[in-house]
Amino acid sequence: MDASLKVSGLAYAYPDGTQALFGVDVTIGRGERVALLGPNGAGKTTFVLHLNGILHGGAGTVRVGGMEVDPRDKKALREIRRRVGLVFQDPDDQLFMPTVREDVAFGPANLGVRGAELERRVAAALERVGMAHVADRAPQHLSFGQRRRVAVATVLAMEPEILVLDEPSSNLDPASRRELAEILSSLDVTVLMVTHDLPYAAQLCPRSLVLSGGVVVADGPTHELLADERLMAEHRLELPYGFVVPQRS
Amino acid sequence: MYRPGDSPVHRLPPHCKILAVLGFVLAVVATPREQMWAFAVYALLLAGAAAFAGVPYGHVARRVLIEVPFVGFAFLLPFLATGPRVEVLGLEVSQNGLWGAWNILAKGTLGVVASILLATTTEPRVLLLGVERLRVPPLLTQIATFMFRYGDVVVAEMRRMRTARAARGFEARDLRDARILGRSLGALFLRCFERGERVHLAMLSRGYDGRMPVLLRTDASGGQWAASAVLPATAAAVSLAAWMAQWTLL
Repeated sequence: MDASLKVSGLAYAYPDGTQALFGVDVTIGRGERVALLGPNGAGKTTFVLHLNGILHGGAGTVRVGGMEVDPRDKKALREIRRRVGLVFQDPDDQLFMPTVREDVAFGPANLGVRGAELERRVAAALERVGMAHVADRAPQHLSFGQRRRVAVATVLAMEPEILVLDEPSSNLDPASRRELAEILSSLDVTVLMVTHDLPYAAQLCPRSLVLSGGVVVADGPTHELLADERLMAEHRLELPYGFVVPQRS
Repeated sequence: MYRPGDSPVHRLPPHCKILAVLGFVLAVVATPREQMWAFAVYALLLAGAAAFAGVPYGHVARRVLIEVPFVGFAFLLPFLATGPRVEVLGLEVSQNGLWGAWNILAKGTLGVVASILLATTTEPRVLLLGVERLRVPPLLTQIATFMFRYGDVVVAEMRRMRTARAARGFEARDLRDARILGRSLGALFLRCFERGERVHLAMLSRGYDGRMPVLLRTDASGGQWAASAVLPATAAAVSLAAWMAQWTLL
């Protein structure tokens, strides 16, 4: 079976010459939940924007579910964007339609889904994040935690191969943070989670990658990486005060 | 502005209502200003429409005030215009100017009231769908939709910036402080611009290709078209009658 995501030799420099990625290799199997850790400026966002072909032009290849991302092939790109569900950090960037229902319908409607099938997808996606009761509300009238969950629903409705979340726990209060974790662990979809929140990574992702200076410097079981003090210190990763990495069997 | 309700007027498709208001306004504007009775009939028509839609008169009256700055000039006309003078309340004013002022005031107010009734009985986003149905370029309606969605976000951002300024002891006292306010405005503009780029990325990521998918159907039946034609058709008849009266006068 094809891996959900296979990135090989990915390198990228911004038009101003700043090199952000220096040959990244990552393979994520179907159904895995993986955290992408790294300090600010490590190239995490640049990496994520390559997964659905928004950024391109450097060296290397990205394959999603066996299909190569080719930014010149518009039709293939549409399929890639269905397969990669990107949840942005600020839900106000993600939710731009007048009502939650229309926003969740936006993605699948762009893929040509209409009528009863569209309604079914919207209802199912909202159901999975526990937000079916706000379908007719305006996004700006929801709490921040609710908006983040609706943002997850907007990409679930596209039935993606891999869900990519940028800082999913940022700005959430502890209860919303826990609720989101419960939702994410209940989904049977491949997850790549970009985060600074190391306890969140330890809780949700059995495996982690550390991206630093534009290369993957570590790849392994999350609790082992977090327990490696030298690695952590070298890449400006720090556990919150008082947090002890739980040992897994 | 929108007032939720379930009257027959609320239920009419948005594009029918927009065309009805447009037709009504055209009929009013075309009416000769000397036929004052015609304007009274128009006012009665609007009052009837408001009652039919269950919109309280107070709701309309408060919002009519928005026209005040725009018709202010009309009040100056009787004093500024030339031509034969007449005496009103002990003041000598221009007769032409008086007619001009009445013309602007009467037609302006009728137009504003008609628009208020439209906005009161139609949700803003449904109104935009109606505009789109009338073949207004989608780019324009998309811009309006985004203004509607992000207005609150931008205002909240502006408020936070003001709070942050005040928290550091800033208080706008005189014109020299305009420089600081200008800087804040510049920062706000940059933030909006960056947000716009991020929203665009989010849209691309979900398969946006320059066209918004049509998600809500707003089809009009023959009956609905006929119902929404009542107001403009009556107004057109009144306008025609006013012209006939005007001609027999000459």
